[in-house]
Amino acid sequence: MLLIHCPWCGPRNESEFACGGEGHIQRPDPAMAHDEVWVDYLFYRRNPKALHLERWVHAQGCRRWFNVARNTLTHEIRAVYRMGEKPPEGVR
Amino acid sequence: MRYSLFSLVRQGLNDHQQWPRAWRDPQPKPAYDVVIVGGGGHGLATAYYLAKEHGVTNVAVLEKGSLGGGNTGRNTTVVRSNYLRDDSARLYEHSLKIWEGLSKELNFNLMFSQRGMIALAHTRHEMHEMQRRLAALRLNGVDSEMLTPAELRRWVPILNPRPKPRYELLGGMVQRRAGTARHDAVAWGFARAADARGVDIIQNCEVTGIRREGGRAVGVETTRGYIAAAKIAVVVAGHASVVMAMAGLRLPIQSYPLQALVSEPVKPILDTVVMSGLIHVYVSQSDKGELVVGAARDGYVSYAQRGSFPVIEDQVAALIELFPIFSRLRFLRQWAGIVDVSPDLSPIIGRTPVENLFVNCGWGTGGFKATPGSGHVFAHTIAGGEPHPLAAPFGLDRFTTGRLIDEGAAAGVAH
Repeated sequence: MLLIHCPWCGPRNESEFACGGEGHIQRPDPAMAHDEVWVDYLFYRRNPKALHLERWVHAQGCRRWFNVARNTLTHEIRAVYRMGEKPPEGVR
Repeated sequence: MRYSLFSLVRQGLNDHQQWPRAWRDPQPKPAYDVVIVGGGGHGLATAYYLAKEHGVTNVAVLEKGSLGGGNTGRNTTVVRSNYLRDDSARLYEHSLKIWEGLSKELNFNLMFSQRGMIALAHTRHEMHEMQRRLAALRLNGVDSEMLTPAELRRWVPILNPRPKPRYELLGGMVQRRAGTARHDAVAWGFARAADARGVDIIQNCEVTGIRREGGRAVGVETTRGYIAAAKIAVVVAGHASVVMAMAGLRLPIQSYPLQALVSEPVKPILDTVVMSGLIHVYVSQSDKGELVVGAARDGYVSYAQRGSFPVIEDQVAALIELFPIFSRLRFLRQWAGIVDVSPDLSPIIGRTPVENLFVNCGWGTGGFKATPGSGHVFAHTIAGGEPHPLAAPFGLDRFTTGRLIDEGAAAGVAH
């Protein structure tokens, strides 16, 4: 069971949250993007066996989204930060 | 050596001390016509069909651990072919037809037991969806039929007997030709048969790099040295994107843990596979008497082969709701395998943008049932360079063309 520090509610059990997959994905400009860019945007995700930046939502709590930097092999959570923020220095 | 009643009796008279090795333990040669990365069921099946159907015997199967020690040994052994989409139904039915004669063909007891698989419906919407899937299956020639609540209770009397259970039993759908098989035996049977045709099976040999010359793959770096290959076929589960990154390729794959549980052995109580998509659990009883219980995959990308606790809790709660009689059973083991899930929940089989490099991956939560069919169509693809007709729709290019095979039937818990 992961202990996740919601930026608004503090530490809560993993079962209160849902993972929304990779974070920091920029939607390309549909007028400018060619097929390869769209395919990348729609289907290709980083799938690292290492540190992963992802979005989580506190589904059974404040229902707000935020970012988590988590190692996919050890499940260690290195940082939690709000939407729109960049990952803290030294985490990348 | 041919396995038979006669050989069993003869070896029994020698206290079973003189059984020969089932396959050799060769040193890797410097070069092969085909190198298969991954010694699970799919990789070994690919090697077997390359040798048997295409006469390609200068083949090595490289396995980083022991044969079938990955997801082949971690699944819940269910075999079925009742998929919704035409392309999937054809591929999985192709596989199921091979299963039906495979023990005899390989001269190896796969303990393939066509005990049927029942999917339960608890809501009207599920009933509608089932009837739609049934119609699609009929059109594709896959056996399936609906069961009424009375028929369900006659077949599986231990289903929740309360007059008003939390999840009402409105009906079910059964595929009678579905069932279970012994997962280890599938890897061993294919390994023995491939070895007999000259395939080198090399265990404890981890691929650490894929060597490219321009747009062509020419060999693999391994923990046991460099091995040149005219063709390289990557057939791995859980690490497909990690291995393909060695060749500089990305895959539309995300890797998640999928868990299972096994109970203490009990006397025969369940003679089929029962699954509920709504409350996410499925269960069968092994020949040893253990209940084998599977559920949904974990909710986030992970390479840790253990799985998260909330999933176990949900899975056991669902099991007890369906079968209150199991509430005092003790569970012996829990484990997880890492499954590679593609965006449309269908596998990726075929060529890659790198010449001479082939991939067969992305089987998600349900690759075991496809083992023989997957190897059969993939061997054809490797040998001829062109996809087998049944595998053609499953190419990597479908994510660019938009011709996805969106397989909702694979999405739930029916692995």
